[in-house]
Amino acid sequence: MIDLSPLSDAVGTLFSDYDVLAAFWMTVKLTGFSLVGSLVLGTLLAVMRVSPIPSLQLGGAIYVNLVRNTPLTLIIVGCSLGLYTQLGLVLANPSSGTFIVDQNFRLAVVGLSLYHAAFVCEALRSGVNTVPLGQAEAARSIGLTFTQSLVLVVLPQAFRGAVAPLGNVIIALTKNTTVAATIGVAEASYLMKVMIEFRPDVLFLIFGVFALGFVCLVLPVGILMTALSRRLAVAR
Amino acid sequence: MDDVTGGTNDPGGTPLVELVDVQKHFGDLHVLKDINLTVRKGEVVVVIGPSGSGKSTLCRTINRLEPIDSGSIRVDGAELPEEGKALARHRADVGMVFQSFNLFAHRSVLDNVTLGPVKARGIPAAEAKAEAMTLLERVGVANQAHKLPAALSGGQQQRVAIARSLAMHPKVMLFDEPTSALDPEMINEVLDVMIDLAHEGTTMIVVTHEMGFARKAADRVVFMADGQIVEEATPEEFFTAPRSARAKDFLSKILTH
Repeated sequence: MIDLSPLSDAVGTLFSDYDVLAAFWMTVKLTGFSLVGSLVLGTLLAVMRVSPIPSLQLGGAIYVNLVRNTPLTLIIVGCSLGLYTQLGLVLANPSSGTFIVDQNFRLAVVGLSLYHAAFVCEALRSGVNTVPLGQAEAARSIGLTFTQSLVLVVLPQAFRGAVAPLGNVIIALTKNTTVAATIGVAEASYLMKVMIEFRPDVLFLIFGVFALGFVCLVLPVGILMTALSRRLAVAR
Repeated sequence: MDDVTGGTNDPGGTPLVELVDVQKHFGDLHVLKDINLTVRKGEVVVVIGPSGSGKSTLCRTINRLEPIDSGSIRVDGAELPEEGKALARHRADVGMVFQSFNLFAHRSVLDNVTLGPVKARGIPAAEAKAEAMTLLERVGVANQAHKLPAALSGGQQQRVAIARSLAMHPKVMLFDEPTSALDPEMINEVLDVMIDLAHEGTTMIVVTHEMGFARKAADRVVFMADGQIVEEATPEEFFTAPRSARAKDFLSKILTH
């Protein structure tokens, strides 16, 4: 029988010395806000790309291809150095004591939203492709305008068809929040670096704790989205 | 242009749908050639012809699901609008029943019927719902009102699609091969609804291969081949004594078995 008490002692010390849960809570908040932002912007981009107006199509295509093919680190750092340092974009109250923390958090949400909107757009577009052309024709034939057809008939079915690919976007987004550490947002991977700095003796243990933490966050998302995609599937 | 082939329709009726010198190409393919057709109020016109003759395309140009290259299409005296809200209003006045039903798959049967009246016409939901139930009753699927379309048989779905069109009180109903995707035992339940509509004086343009329907309900048969209207006649004349070689050839192929 192997004695596990030194291991459990080490884990106990780590959790009492460092606020691991608070760091993961920051990861959850980053994911949540960025998810809302990217869903809104991504839907807008998808509407542009499936619209019959060439300039909107082009705009959507340029955005997606530019942003999707740019490294996320570049976009996040760009938000911090470009939007804030250079252009002076202020998203938090400068006189508050937590200005730097709030500002960095919000810049990270902007960057993550901008980046993942491109992927949401493409997931939705694949969902739009699951909707037969006849649905839009029928919508138009009863006198619905283009916008009404899109909002009442095509998009509701497209979202259902896009649940599985959207699930993949959410999983990627959750893990990509670690990039926010580069602009000083104290999420999970930021704390991990701090802990490794001070406790290199339990390096693998620290890795293990954070890996397990992310698995615990992401696994339910995958299970939930798979269940949802089955439940919401449009019967034809 | 003179109606050289027809002249069988009631001369007293007012023209409701008028196609004048309509041309359409799909790339190099000339799918509609010099189409001239007038459908009068209350008239039932059956369009038949071999596959690829342009009859479905003709049907779809009347609510501009297919734009035309040149010529003019008027419904109730008004030229078809190019696009936008005016086109949506025009489409609300022209009912369309598709080969593949195209019921909104994510909405209940009842919602399928009320969506147009509520969203395109601005009719209060309760009123639209009451009328929808009457229409569903009329086509015999009222007991399925709260199911999703996929739970219904093909024949039931097509009858719902007819009710969905009727809910808009269209000036004219277009049927694009409404029974071609149905199992044989379900064809008659749909045709019966259509025959009732015809007898009630609904203006109908029906693309179909159902000769029985044409004989029972049509005022006029339009025979198309290679994108042209080759012959127009009463059903009786057309089926017993077709004049053109193309029509004779077509009828010999479909009537021999």
